[in-house]
Formats: sequence, structure tokens, C-alpha cells
Amino acid sequence: MSAASVAGEVMEELDAAVRPADDFGEQLLEVSMGPQHPSTHGVFRMNVALDGERVMKLKPVFGYLHRNHEKIAEQETYLGSMPYTDRLDYFCSITNNWAYALAVEKLAGITVPERAEYLRVITGELTRLQNHACLIGFLLQDMGASGTPLMYAFREREKILDLFEALTGARMMCNYMRFGGCRVDLPAGWLEQARGVVAGFPKFLDEFEQLLQSNEILMERTQGVGVLSKELAINAAVSGPMARASGVNYDLRKVDRYGIYDRFAFRVPLGAHGDVYDRYMIRVLEMRESVKILEQAMKEIPGGPIVDPKTKIRGFRPKPGEAYGRIEAPKGELGFYLVSDGSANPYRYRVRPPSLINLTVLEDMCLGRNVADVVIILGSVDIVLGEVDR
Amino acid sequence: MELEVAKAAIEAAVPGCRLEMVVNPSPSAQHSLLMDAEHAVAVATWLRDAEGMRFDYCSNVTGIDWPAKELTEKVKVKKLVDGPNGPEEKEVDEVRKTLVPGFLEVVYHLFSVERRDGPVVLRMRTVDREARVHLPSLTGVWRSADFQEREIFDLYGVVFDGHPDLRRLLMWDEFKDHPMRRDYVEPDDYEYEPTAHDEVLERARQHVIAAGGRTA
Repeated sequence: MSAASVAGEVMEELDAAVRPADDFGEQLLEVSMGPQHPSTHGVFRMNVALDGERVMKLKPVFGYLHRNHEKIAEQETYLGSMPYTDRLDYFCSITNNWAYALAVEKLAGITVPERAEYLRVITGELTRLQNHACLIGFLLQDMGASGTPLMYAFREREKILDLFEALTGARMMCNYMRFGGCRVDLPAGWLEQARGVVAGFPKFLDEFEQLLQSNEILMERTQGVGVLSKELAINAAVSGPMARASGVNYDLRKVDRYGIYDRFAFRVPLGAHGDVYDRYMIRVLEMRESVKILEQAMKEIPGGPIVDPKTKIRGFRPKPGEAYGRIEAPKGELGFYLVSDGSANPYRYRVRPPSLINLTVLEDMCLGRNVADVVIILGSVDIVLGEVDR
Repeated sequence: MELEVAKAAIEAAVPGCRLEMVVNPSPSAQHSLLMDAEHAVAVATWLRDAEGMRFDYCSNVTGIDWPAKELTEKVKVKKLVDGPNGPEEKEVDEVRKTLVPGFLEVVYHLFSVERRDGPVVLRMRTVDREARVHLPSLTGVWRSADFQEREIFDLYGVVFDGHPDLRRLLMWDEFKDHPMRRDYVEPDDYEYEPTAHDEVLERARQHVIAAGGRTA
């Protein structure tokens, strides 16, 4: 045996001890993204396994904002939970109120007067406008368009929040709905102010579109990224703009026709590719449809009471039974499932959070993409952790 | 879809399954079908795929806890009672107590995107609340049940057989109890998730003791 071959053997042994020869290519790097990361839109964490830049595995971790909303609501009266629903999706407190009021109205068989239905549609669609505008702002912020688009969106949101403040006394925690109607009627001059805000909104959208729609960087970053198939979207009960971007024609305003949505002429935009760009575009188009609904509703709003006078507010005890009520919230299908045992507080109170259920498919959308894409895919889902963790 | 019609159709399609109508007396009139655990996956798959059903959208999955409860009822019983003229037969009120055993219930709300129909409400019940809390997972039928079943496992303690990744969702992994159960008692002192910080503090304490110092 020559000296050279012995040396070769020793080197091989050494190599094997230090680093298995062919193991290097298979090593995955585990990265914990979040919970304290600006791109997670709150305290959300993803455990990501990376092969270089490519995502091989992604497991979301929840619960950082968990306070057991449902248990607290079960120890509270029915009306007592109304202000607490504001804190679920704190961007859209009015639609949270609406979903809860709708479920209780189904449970107890309460009717809602005409004017209150119109007030609900007006405030609900204003909520949708500001939510979608901000979401697009955040999405672009995630993409690196620092500040400008987000501040444009916040400028519009500010006008809508001023309207909410004038109406309900609060900018974000509105606590506006009551079982069988709304809490307060419109103050003098509110409708004119709202008409002005809504009339100015398409101009903002035009400006936004001019800035972004055909922006090359935006298209490069979003088209073909985070594709979600129609079949998977339905099977995973993905709802809201995210489902419609994948071509699922399922808008509860059209399907359930809750409230008075059957009276308004509006269309449901659908995406063809199910990628991040479609999700972005769907929201832009939905804002235009919301403006249409708002214009019609503000033209037709009748006078009359804003709450059903027969509704019992004190000592409210619905008969035993259960009900599931759902609405098309800006983030998707927001449902409340209530079980009553005839007492003053619900026996079971369940929130069906659209943000949480839309995250079911996050891993499917991110596999094989880069880390930077994960950030914008998550941004395009539109989550609020107050609702995800409850 | 009329639930009676659906029930008859399921019974014809899935032989041997035991279904029971659960009537909902509230104005919402959302009645539901109670399925047996054995045939649940077959029933769910059939409801999803069958022509004329196509309940492809399982929107909401949730749990309900029904603890054991004591029902008291007054029954009139004939008894021999001592009277002035010796024992005589009399009708006496007697309180009879029956114990209804507790169980955990899981509720699925189904809709059909294709036919724009729903909700069809399915329920399943565990045998009791302690040892026999297993139910089949429907995540294989509807992906949307994935996180929601994990949440029920976490907060109610229902064990879903066949779930691909059954871990706690909202509480931390080391947590012991199930907070959404009706008889859950909040601990006086929360057992926080152990952190590296605790270890450091403990080492520091040992160091002080070894040096002959006093620790609080």
C-alpha cells in the first residue's frame, strides 16, 4: 500500500467525520418568521424550512393574541358581547357587529326596519372601502414600495374614519349595530359629507391605478406568484376576495342576499389566475362596486325608525335553539354560530374567522417560492390577528 | 335542501349509517343531522360528491361541550303509609333523579358553492367527556376542517382520528387542560411557557446558594 493511498483514506475518513459527503445538499435551514416581524401584520409566526431561498415547508403558528374571546362571550349577555366583537377584526368593526347582530336576529327571529338596513349597507360598504384600500397599501409596503401607496390609502381611510366618528363616536371601535337595527341615527349633514367622500373615491382609485396597475415591478413580483386553484379554494372553504380571485363565484351578498343586498345593482369581479396580482386587482374592482352600492343606497335611504320597537333590549333571553348567521365581511365569510339554552347569555358562541380559515392554504401557495414571495403571499391573504387568534 | 330528503338519500346511499334528525326549535329553523362516528367519513364524502348534493364547501366546524346533568322529575308513587287505622295506601310525591351522561359534540356547517345551497348541519357526538373522546376527522374530505378541528382538539379535547397534523392550535403545546369546556377552572397561577430566562434565573439561584448566600 502506497503512502499516497493511505493519506487518501485518512482524508476520506476525516471528511466523513466532519461533514457527510453528500448531505450538504439536503440540509434544510429552518427559519422562524415572526411573531415580531413587520410583514406578519401582527403577531403571526411561520416556521419555514428553506432549501437555499426556496420554501420547502411552512407551518403557521398561532395563538400569540389568543384571549379566548368565545369563552368570555359565553359569560357575558348577548348585548354585552357586541362591543367586544369590534376587537376581532379591528379594521372592520362595523361588519363584525353586523355578522353578530345577524346571527342573533336569526336566533330570536327579530326583524330589522328599512332605514336600519340601509344604514347597515352604507356603513358596511364604507368599511369595505377602507379595508381594501389599506390592504393594498400594506401589500405594496410588503413589496418594498415604502410609504407612498400606504399613505395614499390612509388618506382616504381617514375621511371614512371621520365619518364613523361623527356617526358612532369612535373611529375604529364603532359598536354601531344593535339586535333589530342600529344604535344611533345619522347626524345632520352626515349624508352630504358621506356623498362627498364617496364621490371622491373613484378619483383616488384612478390615481392608484395610474400609479400601480401597469407598474412593471408590481407585475413581476405578483403575477404567477402564490397561485391557488379553484378546486382547492372551494375545498378549503377559502372565502371573500381571495376565493373570487381564484374564480370561485361566491359572494354572500349575492348568494344569501342578506339584508337588502338584492336591491342594488352591482357585479362580482372574478379572477382567472388565482395569483397575488388577481387578489390585488379583485380588491380594486370590488372597491369600484362598493362605490356603486353606496351611491344607490345613499340615494334611496328612507326615513323611519332605526331599531325595531318590539325588540326587547333589557332581559333579552332568546328561546332555546341555535343559529348560524354569516355575512360577506371585507376579509371573507364572517359567521357567528350561537346556541341558546334560554338564559341571558349564549350557551355556545362561536366566531367563524375568515382570516384563520383562509390561512389553511398558505403552505400550498408558498411551496417552491422564495422567502420574499412568502411575505407578499401572506400580505395578499389579508389577515388580522385579532380575528385569527381570537 | 329539505333535510328530510337529504336524510333519506344518505340512508339509501350509505348502507348501515345511523342518522337522527335534531330539531332546532328556534326561528332560524336550521335543523341538523346527527351522524354515527363509524360512517361519518362515508356520509361526508357522499354529501360532497353526489350529484344533486355537492356540498363542497364546509364553512364552519365547531365544538360544543355538554357536561353530565342531573334531571329531577316529580313522580307520583303509591306507598304504604302509617295512618290512624293502620297502614294504608296513599299517593305520595317522590323526586326522582336521573343522570344524563355528558358528551362532546362537533358541528359541521356545509354549503354548496355549485348549487348555492345550505346550510346542511351535521353533528357528531363522543361517547363521554373523559376517555372515549375519539371522532373521525373530516379533514380528508374538506381541507377547511384542518385548523378548525385542531382548534376543537385544543379547546375541547376531542381527538380526531385520521387528522394529518393534530396539534394544539391556540394554546401552547405544554398546556394541559381544555379551556372551552364548561367545567374548566382557571388556574390561580398560570403556568407560563418555560423560557430560557427561567433556566438562567434558576442557575443564578443555585450559584447564590453555593456561595453561601440567602435566596428569597
